[in-house]
Amino acid sequence: MKNQPIQNPVPEENESKLSFKLDIQAYTLIIALVLIALIFGFFTGGEFLSSRNISNLFSQMAVIAVLAIGMTLLIVAGHIDLSVGSLVGLTGGVAAILQVWHGWNTFAVVVAAVAVGALFGVWQGWWVAYRAVPAFIVTLGGMLIFRGILIGLSKGQTISPMDESFKSISNSYLPFSAGYILAVGSILLLLFWTLKNRSKRRDLELLIPPAYIDYGKVAVYSFFILLAAYMLSRYQGVPIPVIIVVGLAAIYVFISNKTAFGRYVYAIGGNIEAAALSGINIKRNTLMVFISMGALSGVAGVLLTSRLNAATVNAGNMYELDAIAACVIGGTSLMGGRGKVVGALIGALIMASIDNGMSMMNIETFWQYIVKGLILIVAVWIDIASKK
Amino acid sequence: MEDYALQMRNITKEFPGVKALENVSFSVRKGEIHALCGENGAGKSTLMKILSGVYPFGTFDGEILVNGKSVEFKTIKESQEAGVSIIYQELALVEELSIAENLFLSHELMRSPIINWNKIYVEAQKWLTKIGLNIDPQVKVGSLPVGKQQLIEICKALTQNTEILILDEPTAALTESDVEILINLLNDLRSEGVTCIYISHKLGEVMSLADTVTILRDGQTVSTDSIENLTEDNIITKMVGRELTELFPYEKRPESTEGILEVQNYSLTEKSGDRIISDVSFHLKKGEILGFSGLMGAGRSELFMGLFGGMAAESSGNVAIDGKPVMIKTPADAIKEGLAYVSEDRKRYGLVLGMSITKNTTLAALNKVMKLKVIDQAMEIKVADEITYKMNLKAPTLEAQVGKLSGGNQQKVVLSKWLLSQPKILVLDEPTRGIDVGAKYEIYKIINELAAQGVGIVIISSELPEVLGMSDRIIVMAEGKITGEFTREEATQEKIMVCATGGKNP
Repeated sequence: MKNQPIQNPVPEENESKLSFKLDIQAYTLIIALVLIALIFGFFTGGEFLSSRNISNLFSQMAVIAVLAIGMTLLIVAGHIDLSVGSLVGLTGGVAAILQVWHGWNTFAVVVAAVAVGALFGVWQGWWVAYRAVPAFIVTLGGMLIFRGILIGLSKGQTISPMDESFKSISNSYLPFSAGYILAVGSILLLLFWTLKNRSKRRDLELLIPPAYIDYGKVAVYSFFILLAAYMLSRYQGVPIPVIIVVGLAAIYVFISNKTAFGRYVYAIGGNIEAAALSGINIKRNTLMVFISMGALSGVAGVLLTSRLNAATVNAGNMYELDAIAACVIGGTSLMGGRGKVVGALIGALIMASIDNGMSMMNIETFWQYIVKGLILIVAVWIDIASKK
Repeated sequence: MEDYALQMRNITKEFPGVKALENVSFSVRKGEIHALCGENGAGKSTLMKILSGVYPFGTFDGEILVNGKSVEFKTIKESQEAGVSIIYQELALVEELSIAENLFLSHELMRSPIINWNKIYVEAQKWLTKIGLNIDPQVKVGSLPVGKQQLIEICKALTQNTEILILDEPTAALTESDVEILINLLNDLRSEGVTCIYISHKLGEVMSLADTVTILRDGQTVSTDSIENLTEDNIITKMVGRELTELFPYEKRPESTEGILEVQNYSLTEKSGDRIISDVSFHLKKGEILGFSGLMGAGRSELFMGLFGGMAAESSGNVAIDGKPVMIKTPADAIKEGLAYVSEDRKRYGLVLGMSITKNTTLAALNKVMKLKVIDQAMEIKVADEITYKMNLKAPTLEAQVGKLSGGNQQKVVLSKWLLSQPKILVLDEPTRGIDVGAKYEIYKIINELAAQGVGIVIISSELPEVLGMSDRIIVMAEGKITGEFTREEATQEKIMVCATGGKNP
C-alpha cells in the first residue's frame, strides 16, 4: 500500500513546541527527584547520598513501589483501592502463620500469600464490576475486613521468626558482578529497542524524532542505570527487592502498552460508555484489574514480612495512601484514563526519599506527614496548571 | 392597539459561523396560548433561551418588551423575576425532595430565619388542588410518574407569579391520559389570564390548544397566524417549505435483491415497564441506504442502540443478519455479527477523547492488529494510517489526542474505527451533526462508496434534506413505532412530516 502518510505537512515550529511541552511534564518528576536528593544530601552532609543509604532507600520503597504499580492500572481504570494496606498486612500475616505455625516451606508460602491476595482481589472486583458498588466503598470495607481477618487469624500476636530463606527475599543482594551484568544488559536492551523502533518508523514512513533526542535519552537512562549499579555495588550489591520491582514494572509496562487488556483499561477509564459500545467487556476487565492489584498486594505482603522478619497486626497500615500518592505524583489522573507505571515508580521514590531524608535529619515524625501531604497537593497542582 | 404580554423585535443571534436567528419578531398577546413551531434546528430553542436570559442581553441584537416595557435580562433569575418561566423537556425537579419542598425551592416561605413548613404545606396543598392534583405534598417527587412531575413543574412556575409560561415539548414523555390532563390544565390557566408559549412537534396538540401559531424556519419567522386560518398541512408546508439546496452526492446504484438485515416485531421495554420501541419490523438490503426519519424522541436511536446491544432494556422480536437469526446481547456480539453503530453523540459514545487517533481507530478491532495476543504497534499505526488516509482525515499526527480535533475530523475517526471492524451493516446516527459543510460532503461520499461495496447502511437523521438526499428508501418513526415508509421517488418533506408528527401513512 503506497500511502503518503498523512502526518507529514506539519509546521516545524508546532512540532518542536509539542515535544518540548511533553518533555517538561515528564522531566518535572526527574528534576524534583534530583532536587530532593541534593537538598537532603546537603543537609545530611552527604550521608543521604551514601551507597549504604541509597541501598536502604531502594529496599524501603520496594513495598510501596509494588503497590503503586498495581494502583496505577486501577486508577487508570477509574477506580481506587483503599484496602491495599490491610491486604498487605493480611497476606504478610498469612505467610508468617503458614511458615511459623504450620512449617510450610518458603516457596509454598509465597505462592499462598500471592494467591490469597488475588482471591481477595476477585472478591472486591466482583462487587465493583458485577454488583456496581463504587470501588471507594468496596475497598473501604475491604480495609476493615482484611485488617479484621488479620487480627483474628494472628490472635493479635506478632508472629516471628521466619525461615532464613524467606528472610533472604528482602534482605539479600545480587553479587557485584551480577549487578553490573544486569545493568549492562538492560542498557543494551534499551539501545536495541530504540534502534528497532526507529527502523520500524522509517519503514512506515512515519515521523522519526531527531537522532540526538532518541540517543540522548538512551544516554541519560544508561547513566542513571550505571550510577545506580555503581552506588549499590559499593555497598552490598543490588537488593533483591529492587530486582523484583524492576521486573514487575517491566511486566506492567508491557501489559499497559502491548496487550488488549492494557489498552482496554485505558479506554474504560477514559470513556466507559464509548469503551462499552466498542465491544469491550467492561466487567471482566474491571475484575482483572482488581485481581492484579490483589496479587501485587500479596507480593508486597511477602516483601514486608520478609524485611521485618515478622508479621504484626499493624503491618501495612496506611500504605494505600502512600501508593495512591505515588501514582498521583507520578502523573496518574484520578479521573481515570491517564497514567504511567514508570511515573508511579518515580512518585514512590520521591515519597520514600522524603521519609528517609527527614528521618536522617532527625526531623520529628509529624513534619514528615505535613511535608508529604503538601508535596502531594503541590504535585497535582503542577500537573493541572501545566495542562492549562 | 392590542395588549401584548411579550414582544420580541428583530432578534438576531449569531454563533461563530452560523446565524441561528435572523431578524425574528415574535409577539404574544396577553392570556393566549401561542404555539411556536418549526423543524429541529429552526431556532425555537435559541429564541426561548434569549427570552429566558440564558443568552444574556448584549449577546444578541434586537429588543424584548414584557408588558410593553423594554427589558434586558442578563440572568435566568432576572427573567423569572419579570414573570417569565420556562419548563424544559428535561424536568428540573429534585427527585429526592417532596412536592412541597420542590414547589418552594429557593423561595421558601420563612418565619425568619426558620422555614415555615406548616405554611409551605398548606400553600402547596392549595396549589395542588388548583391544578387538579389530589396528592399529599409531602410525597417525594421521584415517586410520581413523569406526567404528574410535569404538572408539578408547571405548578412550581405558577407559585412564582409567572405571567408568561413557556413549555418546551411538554408532552414528549407523557402518556395520552397525562397529555389530556395537561391540556385541560392549560385551558384552565388561559381562562385565568396566564399567557403561555407552547413549543411542540405534535401538531394535533397545537391545533386543539393554540390560539395563535408562529412558525420558524432556518432562523427566520415564516408567519404568525391565528389558528382559524391554519390547517395541519398548512403548518407542515410552512415548516419545511424550502428546496433542497445542499448538495448530496447521491448515485443511483443497481437495486440489490440480497437482504442483509431483517427485523421482525422488535420491541424494547425499559426496566420501569415503559415501552420505548413497539413492534417494529423492517428490512435492509445489501448496498442499500435506508433513511430513518422522525422527530427527536421518536425512538430511532433507541431502536438501533437496542439492536446493537447497547440498551439496558428488555428486547423481544426476531433479528436476522444474512438470513441467519442472531441473538445480540452486547456490543461485542453485534460487532461479531457485522453490525456497527456510529452514535449521534460521538464525544460521549464514540471516542475516548484523551487517547490518540491511532488508539481510537483500532479500539473496536484490536484483534486485527495483534500478533500472538500482543499489539503490534507498527501494524497498528500502518492500519490506522491507511484507513484515516482513505477518510481524508486532517490531523498533525496520528498520535494527536482525538479531543483536540475538529468535529468533522472526530467523526472521521469514529467512522474509521467502525470501518476497521469491517461491518456488513453500518448504522449512522446523525452522521453530520455539528460538522461543517465541506466535511459533510466528504462523509456523504464515503457513505456512497461503502454502499457501492455492498455494505447495508442506515442513516438516522433529523435533517430532512439529508435523509431525502441520501436514502434509497425512507422509514419514518414516531413514538417508538414505524409510521410510514417511502421510496426515494415517493418521499417528500411534507409526507415525512405528516408521519413524523403522528399522522399515518396515507
